[in-house]
Amino acid sequence: MTNSQYKRRENLTEPVPVQWILAILAILFLGLFLFLPLAAVFSQALAKGFGPYFEALGNPDALAAIRLTLITAAVSVPLNLVFGLAAAWAITKFDFRGKNLLVTMIDLPFSVSPVISGLIFVLIFGLQGWMGPWLNEHSFKIVFAVPGIILATIFVTFPFVARELIPLMEAQGREEEEAALVLGASGLQTFFRVTLPGIREGLVYGVILCNARAMGEFGAVSVVSGHIRGLTNTLPLHVEILYNEYDFTAAFAVASLLAMLALATLAVKSLTQWKRARRPSIEFEEALVR
Amino acid sequence: MKASGQKTSGRNQGRSPHIDGKISQLIKSFTLTVLIGLSIMLSPLISASSDTVPLLNVSYDPTRELYQDYNKAFAGYWEAKTHRIVEPRQSHGGSGKQARSVIDGLEADVVTLALAYDIDEIQEKGLIQPGWQKRLPNNSAPYTSTIIFLVRKGNPKEIKDWKDLVKPGVSVITPNPKTSGGARWNYLAAWGYALKENGGDESKAREFVGQLFKNVPVLDSGARGSTTTFVQRGMGDVLLAWENEAYLAINELGKDKFEVVTPSMSILAEPTVAVVDKYVDKHGTREIAEAYLSYLYSDEGQRIVARHYYRPVSKDAATGFKLPELKLFTIEEQFGGWQKAHKTHFVDGGTFDQIYSK
Repeated sequence: MTNSQYKRRENLTEPVPVQWILAILAILFLGLFLFLPLAAVFSQALAKGFGPYFEALGNPDALAAIRLTLITAAVSVPLNLVFGLAAAWAITKFDFRGKNLLVTMIDLPFSVSPVISGLIFVLIFGLQGWMGPWLNEHSFKIVFAVPGIILATIFVTFPFVARELIPLMEAQGREEEEAALVLGASGLQTFFRVTLPGIREGLVYGVILCNARAMGEFGAVSVVSGHIRGLTNTLPLHVEILYNEYDFTAAFAVASLLAMLALATLAVKSLTQWKRARRPSIEFEEALVR
Repeated sequence: MKASGQKTSGRNQGRSPHIDGKISQLIKSFTLTVLIGLSIMLSPLISASSDTVPLLNVSYDPTRELYQDYNKAFAGYWEAKTHRIVEPRQSHGGSGKQARSVIDGLEADVVTLALAYDIDEIQEKGLIQPGWQKRLPNNSAPYTSTIIFLVRKGNPKEIKDWKDLVKPGVSVITPNPKTSGGARWNYLAAWGYALKENGGDESKAREFVGQLFKNVPVLDSGARGSTTTFVQRGMGDVLLAWENEAYLAINELGKDKFEVVTPSMSILAEPTVAVVDKYVDKHGTREIAEAYLSYLYSDEGQRIVARHYYRPVSKDAATGFKLPELKLFTIEEQFGGWQKAHKTHFVDGGTFDQIYSK
């Protein structure tokens, strides 16, 4: 019995040389396009030792860029979390007219070039735009100031949470919620006790992706930023400025911050995925034991 | 029915300590992040004093280092004179793009751009009073510059003058005149040289510039991008560059790798400066903005300008930083001014498009 099982498994897999070739190809590809650039960033950043590295990170303009990046993410990620949840909830649990249109609209920021995403805000809120003269009269600053940067970031990152949740919630179906409601749970109870536990990992993953993009966005933010040093430069913009000033060590030092963010994102992502993958397998084993 | 409902909720509560534990962990880490974030955000608010006057200078690409230096000097001068602290801020980018940003609402107190044409554009939208160019000496150009060549050490292709750029096998790096102010100067310098050499024959000039652009393998969008292409990526035999960019690149990246070639003649570039009337009146910074620009013409200002390889307008300030002499022609005498040059050469379907699409 065990023998035949073993044989069948062997027949199902590829021959050993093919396995090796595929693995080597994948590793080479990863090495060339991922590890090599990553190593280059860190080696360039530390080319002159740790002194200049921390000096570059402690520069007032760099600190201002870090601060602005954190503010931008701190505002746009929670808003997108709420929006993404609401949108995914509405789309997967209810039927209404124009649902398909809403799904398409959520994807819009993915299909629009980031530069255009930035330009639309200049066209709306810029001095020559629709609302510009009114805003100027009342001394509101949107574009070329922090609000514009946050708006552009929200626009670019808003599909992430919803996109992550919609397939998950669709797969779950509505039966559990309907059961909860029938059993007398209130709407909020149903959400916190039934819906949220099921989508928690997907939600975390969506937030992580959203956060990574919010901190790393270049194109859209570049258009609305105005590039004022120490005021409206985010980390990616600061990297570009330093690079253009021939200050390569500092540029790569700041870039390494962003790279570390990406690595942390990757770690958290694989952690949640690992958890997600482990749970069903335990249930499966339990079923086998029974 | 009711009993079964309670049973279900009982089971849910059985699960909840596990979930609550995770949620409280999440809340804890979130609060920590927010606290760290807030402390970083608030730190400058605590340290910044209320008497500092911010002053925004919107400039073009190659002046980054110049204004970093100049801002320090001006802040010192202003504090000594008025006992008030000014904090000049810089924004850099392609000249045309920067003008566009000011038009769209980037509230610059002063603009220091690559060409008068870009400031004219801001004036046309009513942000700057007409006649701005007459408000400061020398047509509001506190420094001038020109276009020269940067070649690899030892000048292996023996590039001495403009005519050597059209030789076959010479690879020329210059940015795109559609997007870069510096590239327009490059283009017009080449055109002007060909006109002078051929006794004003426009068709010969056109042929010459067409030949030159056949030798250009890549058009970057800005002057800094081209410098990086030539210097960092090692492309091309010769870089057409702002004089100050060329010297800066040599200083920053090694005298042993490149050398400057000054051609027999070139174009006189006059980067202009102006106070943006609408915004200084809004901010109440007119006095300080005007002082900021006129200090550029002072001895100290001119020395800083010369130190960054611009050509100062006051001749005695240049001592110690002498740049090579060459014949310089102006855009007025060769092309009848920027508006006209722009219409002929750089609009869609203009001479550049005709040459480059061939």
